[in-house]
Amino acid sequence: MRSRSLPYLLIAPASLLLAVLFLWPLAQTALLAFRAPGPLGTDVWSLAHIGRMVGDFDFHSALYNTLGLVVVVVPLQFVLALTMANMLRHIRAGRSLVLWIWSIPLGISDLAAGLVWLAILSERGYLNTVLQAVGIISGPRSWLTYETPGVLFAAIVATELWRATAIVLVILVAGLDMIPREYAEAAEVFGATPWQRFRRVTLPLLRPSIQTALILRTVLAFEMFATVVAIGGRNFPVLASKAYDWQYFDQNTGVAAAYALVIMAAAIAATLVYLRLLRSPEHAR
Amino acid sequence: MTARRLFFLAGVVTLCAWVLVPLYLIALAATGGSGVVHAWPKPFLPTGTLAATLAPLARFLSIAGVWPALLTSVETALVCVAISLALGLPAGYALARFRFRGAVLFRVLVLMTRAFPVAILALPLAVTFIRLGLYDTPVGVGLMHTALALPFTILVSASLFQAIPAELEEASWVFGCSRLGAFRHVVMPLALPGIAAAATFAFVISWNEVFAASVLTVRHRTLTAYLLAILPESPLNVQFTGAFLLVIPSVLFIFLVRRRLFSIWGIANR
Repeated sequence: MRSRSLPYLLIAPASLLLAVLFLWPLAQTALLAFRAPGPLGTDVWSLAHIGRMVGDFDFHSALYNTLGLVVVVVPLQFVLALTMANMLRHIRAGRSLVLWIWSIPLGISDLAAGLVWLAILSERGYLNTVLQAVGIISGPRSWLTYETPGVLFAAIVATELWRATAIVLVILVAGLDMIPREYAEAAEVFGATPWQRFRRVTLPLLRPSIQTALILRTVLAFEMFATVVAIGGRNFPVLASKAYDWQYFDQNTGVAAAYALVIMAAAIAATLVYLRLLRSPEHAR
Repeated sequence: MTARRLFFLAGVVTLCAWVLVPLYLIALAATGGSGVVHAWPKPFLPTGTLAATLAPLARFLSIAGVWPALLTSVETALVCVAISLALGLPAGYALARFRFRGAVLFRVLVLMTRAFPVAILALPLAVTFIRLGLYDTPVGVGLMHTALALPFTILVSASLFQAIPAELEEASWVFGCSRLGAFRHVVMPLALPGIAAAATFAFVISWNEVFAASVLTVRHRTLTAYLLAILPESPLNVQFTGAFLLVIPSVLFIFLVRRRLFSIWGIANR
């Protein structure tokens, strides 16, 4: 009897804490967003905060900026990480060194990454030094203002590619390591080309890892925050930075919570899409 | 060597440079002081002596608020590590050693927590923490960071305990060890390096986190929250030095835990 209840006793504290720290705030956030002071001074159900968010001057640009970043960054990161993971399989010497170098950004915070790229892209930064050396520009020039939104967007994409491709890479490498080599060897015996082996054997077997990587990466991309603030400041509003502004500068937790719910809704929608698109066929389990 | 192989190696080297060159440049920008930040065109090699290189770092640390923020960051991260290990190790052990109803469900739920945006957690916690007296304290922020770190701690420790043969434990039971005694004297010593890696991982998660730390603190800010708050009014060289100080421990830690990174995701996808 004791050893039957033991595993439950062991997972109970962790489950309890996760429940308290996840389910409870989720309900609270919904309450914060959907309840506002009524005419009698007590809180009533209301769409006031939602209305205020949607009417907010920056709401649409924050929404489109966030969506735009996710749609551009995540596929690029996926292709880049998949390429890198495949390259690792063909490295003969120094594989672990290369793997370590490629996973360094995993430990770098979004704020630090943003500032690293600010050093490169600022007016008197390293990129402009190179651009002047090759004769493209003739002096210091600022790129990260609202006058050059395209460059600002590209700068944030570059920073995210630099910082967060590593997490996708690590998940895919872990997945590739679990696929027995015999499958690819068998396909080779039957005359499959390298591309066919990759497309028809490796990719389908890698599907669970691809799913995990894409879900995690997309959710994190929807809540992109410090990178954007460090590089674009207020010139490039995103959903998370608006939530922060409303909470921190306007002291309005209700509207901040409404923004948080939008991020959450986007994250859930993306997760459901991935679960559906990348579902493992029943017979293959 | 064929042209194809050469092309391949060039690709590998380029991608390594893509990661390393920005790190080199931030080191240059951080240690150059205000002189280098405003220099044009920028030098690509360190200019001053070693003492001159370290001076901007010392100057950054002497800015009012930086030392306290650094200490708060460490305190917060240690709180996060302590709670994550205290709750994560038993759960990981249960996943590794027992087959029980709900084990799969538990694993899925743990993974799913990573699909929660931080904003959803941090905003209501700010309200609650004010009520509980945890607002603006390392314990409060550390607790919030535990929510982010605990899922990883559980999965790392599960893979860790799975790698230690159950026979060793069973043998010590035969010799009269209790379950707890066997865990302490047999499993623990073997698991220690892995536990250290799990702790490091939790530390980095807390050390790097910006949003929740900014929302849950006012005066006792962590280093990330402090940097974010002073961003609009601080000169570029201060920002770059701050970024450099944030990056150093992260790079060291990733070096220490590099072998464990893959076991997390290996088990997560199973």
